[in-house]
Parts: sequence; structure tokens; C-alpha cells
Amino acid sequence: MEKAIDKTGVKIGMWIFLYSEVLLFGGLFVLYAVYFHAFPEDFALGGKELNRIFGTANTLVLLISSFTVAASITAIQQRRKGLAIGLLVFSLLCGLAFLINKYFEWGAKFHHDLYPNSDLLLDSDPGFNIFFGLYYTITGLHGLHVIIGMVLLAISLVLVARNKISAERYAMLENSGLYWHLVDLIWIFVFPLFYLVL
Amino acid sequence: MEQVKSFYETPSPAGLTGIKAWLLTHDHKRLALMYLWAVFFWLVLAVFLGMALRLELMFIGETIMPPEIYNSFFTLHGVIMIFLFVIPAIPAIFGNFFLPIQIGADDVFFPRLNLFSWYLYMFGGLLAVISLFTGDGFADTGWTFYVPFSVTTETNVSLTVTAAFILGMSSMLTGLNFVTTVHRMRVKGMGWLQIPLFTWSIYATAWVQILATPVVSITLVLVVLERFLNIGLFDPAKGGDPLLYQHLFWMYSHPAVYIMILPGMGIISEIIPVFSRKAIFGYKGIVVSSMAIAIAGSLVWAHHMYTSGMSDVSVFVFSLLTYLVAIPTAVKVFSWVSTMYKGSILMTPPLFMSLIFIYLFTVGGLTGLVLGAAGTDIHVHDTTFVVAHFHFTMFGGTGFAFFAGLHYWWPKMFGIMYDFKKAYIAAVLATVGFIFHYIPMFILGMQGMPRRYYDYLPHFETGNFLAGFGGILMVIGIMLMFINLWASFRVREPASADPWGGTTLEWSVPSPPPLHNFVEEPKILEYPYDFSGVLARAAKNKG
Repeated sequence: MEKAIDKTGVKIGMWIFLYSEVLLFGGLFVLYAVYFHAFPEDFALGGKELNRIFGTANTLVLLISSFTVAASITAIQQRRKGLAIGLLVFSLLCGLAFLINKYFEWGAKFHHDLYPNSDLLLDSDPGFNIFFGLYYTITGLHGLHVIIGMVLLAISLVLVARNKISAERYAMLENSGLYWHLVDLIWIFVFPLFYLVL
Repeated sequence: MEQVKSFYETPSPAGLTGIKAWLLTHDHKRLALMYLWAVFFWLVLAVFLGMALRLELMFIGETIMPPEIYNSFFTLHGVIMIFLFVIPAIPAIFGNFFLPIQIGADDVFFPRLNLFSWYLYMFGGLLAVISLFTGDGFADTGWTFYVPFSVTTETNVSLTVTAAFILGMSSMLTGLNFVTTVHRMRVKGMGWLQIPLFTWSIYATAWVQILATPVVSITLVLVVLERFLNIGLFDPAKGGDPLLYQHLFWMYSHPAVYIMILPGMGIISEIIPVFSRKAIFGYKGIVVSSMAIAIAGSLVWAHHMYTSGMSDVSVFVFSLLTYLVAIPTAVKVFSWVSTMYKGSILMTPPLFMSLIFIYLFTVGGLTGLVLGAAGTDIHVHDTTFVVAHFHFTMFGGTGFAFFAGLHYWWPKMFGIMYDFKKAYIAAVLATVGFIFHYIPMFILGMQGMPRRYYDYLPHFETGNFLAGFGGILMVIGIMLMFINLWASFRVREPASADPWGGTTLEWSVPSPPPLHNFVEEPKILEYPYDFSGVLARAAKNKG
């Protein structure tokens, strides 16, 4: 008893799920707002420690990968399987580049004795400690979402290669793409909050 | 209609036989029953934990357990009752079983996700069990996991909150599934205002589950991070603000109490019209009030924090908003009572339990206003008055609605009828015990006995003794109820497709329903509670 797939319904489900993810980060943004209001000077000092070049590079990497994921969906719709696979591989490489970049960025901070519960943070002003606490919590949770997104894209890639995703049936790819855009979108808010406005 | 195979009897596809037919099923009815047995297990366990607590409190000093065990027991009682019983019970059991049938669908929209939610639920429960026996014992923080204690205590808080996190995810995915199902799978011809009220209330609940759960998820993640990394986001010495934890926690956990009560109200809204043989009074009013409770209930969280040092303005605003929630709730109570007015009432165990619900829930609701008003709350904050209040709503309300639903839909789920007389006796015992159990706590609270204390001054002894006595009576009543239901499996007195004379779609299909729920195209009534057909049939049988 195979029924026609209700694509709208699948999308409603996915959008509600994405909404819940936004709310998950919403809780952290509330913390950011409250503490920014409490310690504006310390936040400004903390913001100066962050490297804008790293941040901008990561923003570009994510934006480009979002484009290539969207393009791969169009490619599937146009039955250009090879192109779709190429675009997905490129997106995955972008995700990897983001994580490597993040690794070096965090590594540099650790090197400067800036990590949760470090002696430097314990001795500095409370607001400075909170800033870095939020920095690690938010970018860490975002990094985790990058990894989840990459897993979803990798699954889609395998399914495309095995012809399980086709021009007629591409809900999995589309939803993985939506998730990837969400990861991108959250970063678009994280980036200015930590790197630009301070 | 008799020759139709029920979903129990329909042969499973090859490779899915025996236990696999259950563990890998996508059928919403089988999943509902799997939830039912798991929920029963947790309920009975938590009831006995609660009784152990009350036995300890019956007499001054150590009675049956040392203080550390007592702390872990009330935490465990709370965690199980909240996350493993009250939140999932009605949506996951009756919602899963009857929501698709009531809207004329053959399953939920995402059947596989539904199975996944069940596994998340079981996994979360398993983690809670593991956290009991590993590390330094079960958490002793209370189910609220307040900082700073939850970050500093030696007990196994990390594993316990992880369990709560996973159970939250399970509940959220169930909500997501139901919202999509209601939007996309209603049978052709069923408009929004022809949806039965139980489904409406599950739909409203589902939205609260989706909106609120992520906030508690992130809060619990932060507790775990604090325990492992000592970031200091809630530690004043490091610049953090412990009050923020309470805000984030209640931002979910207050809406969560509407996740608990709305489905119960939905059950009552089904049962009252059926046994009054009269259309429900104010169908639209009940629908609107469900959504209004869902929305207003999301904006009242800080009434848990009047004494925590918030600004007076916040206290004022949250007190006002809290009072607003009472309005839609009262609309429902008045609608139920008005439905019965001049109805031809047929007394049955489900109706009897619904009446108990209305009575107990009203007491719970009115005492809630005592707590919602900032002035009186200062006096009774964190006393046993609060404990009595929320047990009147959660147990007298949701618990009895769950019992009523169980007795209402039992013949549909299993195709068998239970013994009425024992059901009445059990309900009376449980209710009398309930009143003896919680009314003394109201008085103790007014006299100033704090909640969660292990010991007390001599002048609190009478009340605590009475409460313990009532508790024993109540547990006997509940156990008798379950034994009576269990006995129906032995007697196997068959139930007809429509033993009560209901009008919603689940009563138009055989008991138990066939695998795809409907044997013929469901007929949608212009108005879901139109009893003219039922009454005509009854008249024909008589004449």
C-alpha cells in the first residue's frame, strides 16, 4: 500500500524541527543579551581578543557551502547526478575547512591561556570570564551542529551515489540542505555578536 | 463488521514476526500500547517511591530511611513522575492511539519517527535507571536541578539531566509528529471545527512541546557543561547569575505543566458529552481556550520565582499574567458543567472519574491563584502548600484524567470490558485517600512546614500522620484499579464497537481497530458531538 509522498507535510515537519533548533540557540542568545547588558566593557575587551580574519574566513566558507548545497539540489532536479555529487563533496570539504579553521582558532586561544576555568580567566574580571564562557559554549555547540550537518550531507551523498535520491524523490537531500542552511544561519548571528559588534 | 481482523491479529510481514512485530512496528496503535506498558511500569514505581517518602514523614525522626536516601527518593519520584509519566502518558498513549483515528487517518504522518521517539523514551528511562546505580547515587537536587547545588553536589546529576534531555527530545518529536499529522492527514471533509476536542487539545499540547522543550534542553546542557568545565555562567563568583538558570528552567517547565494538563482536559471534554448524551457546551470556547492556555501559559514562568529576588515590576507582571491563565481554564470547567446540565446522564466509571477530575482539579486551580498572587505566595512559598497544590492539579487533574481515559478507551484498545463495580470502589478509595493525603498538606503549608524537609517540629506531626494514612489508602485504591483492569484480560468479556454511544470516529470502527483503522470510508458529522444518531439508535433498540 504505497501512497504518494506528501512533500508539503515532510517540509512542515522539517521546518518545525529547524524552529526547535533555533530556539535551542535562542536560550544561549538570551544569556548573551543579559550578560552583554551587565558587562559591556568586559565584552568589548574580550571581543578584541578574537581574530576577525578567522571569523570572516569561516563566514565565507559557510556561505559558499550553503550555495553549493542549494545548487546540488537543483542539479538533482535536472538529473545531473555527477554535478550534484561534485557539489556535495565540495560542501563537505567546506564544512571540514570550517572545523579545521575553528581548531586553529581555539588552539590559539588555549595557547594564550584563554579556556574555561583557566587561571587567567579566573583572575580577570568576571565579565571577561563570562564572555569567553559564552564564546566556547556557543561556538562549541555550533561546531557540533556543523558536524551533524556534515553527517547528514554525507548520508545524502551516499544516497545520491546509490540512486536512492533522484529527481522524483529528493526529500532527504532537501532536508539535509535545509539543516545545513540552518547551521549557516546560526553562524550569521554568532559571527557579528562575537567578532563584529564589540 | 465482526469478521474484520484487528491489528493484533493481522499477520505481520515476513521477517517481522514475534517480538519484532512489536519492537520494529510503525503502527501507531502498537506503539501506543508499548508506551502504555512502559508508562505503567514507571507510574507504579514512582507511586511506591512517593509512598515511601510519606511513610518516612509519618513520624518524627528517622522512620524507614536516612536523609540522603530521602533526598534521592524525592528527586527520583519527581523526575519519574514528570518526565516519564505525566508528560508522556496521555499524548504518547492515547494521543498516539486515537489522534489518527479521530481525524480519519490510518497512521501518524511520520511513523518511523514515532518509533524512534519510543526508543528515545526507553533510552531516557534506561539512563535514569543507570544513574541510580552508578557513581555516587541518584541526584539529590529535586527534579528542578537548581544551581548552584546541582553543579556542586557529588551525586550523579550529569547522567540524570542527560536522561531528562533525551526524554524531552522524545516528547518534542512526538509533538512535531502530531502537528504535522493534524495539518496534513485529516480525512477529506473534516474542517478545523469538526476535529474532536481530544485531538484539539493534543494539537495545542504539541505546539507547547515544540516551543518550550528546546529551552530546557539547552538549560540542561549548560548544567552538564558547568559540571565538567566549570565555566561559571551561573556562578556569581565568576560573573554568572544563578537567577538566569531559574528563568531558563521555568521558561520550559512552566509551559510543561500545560503539556501535562491540556491532554487531560481533552479527555474530559470527550467523556462528559458522551455520558450526558448532549452536545458539548461551547465547542468553540473549549477549542479557543485550549490554544489560549497554550499561549498564555508560555508567559507566566517567573511566578515560580517571586521570592528569588526579582524586581517588583516583574513580580507584578507575572502575577497578572498568571491570573489571566485562570480565565480559559474556568471556561472549560463551566463548559463541562453546562454540558451536563439537563443532559440524560449515564453513570459509568469513566464519567465518575471525570467528575472526580473536575472537583479535584478545581481545588488545584483555585489554590493555584493563592500562589499566583505575590502577597500570599510569600507566605506559603516552598511549603507543603505548594506540594498539595500541584498534586491536586497534576495528580487529581492529569492523573485522574488518565484513569478516566483508560477506562473510557480500554474497551476500544483491547476489545474487552472491565468490571464496573470494582472500578467504582477503586476510584472512591483513591479519591478519599487523595483528600486525606493532600488536604493536611495545605494546612501544614499554611502553618509553615517547608517542602522537601526530612524532619519537622512536633506540632506538624498530626498532619503528617494523616497525610501518610491517606497516602496508603490512595495507593490501595490505585492498585485495585490496575488489578481490576488486569483482570479484564482473564475474564475477556467482549466489548462492542461502540459500548458507550460515542460520536467520534474511533467508535465507528471495530474494537480493537483493524490495522488500517477503517474498514469503510469514515463518515464525518457536520458537528462532532451530534448525538441525534446515538439517541435514535437507542430508541430503536428499546422499541
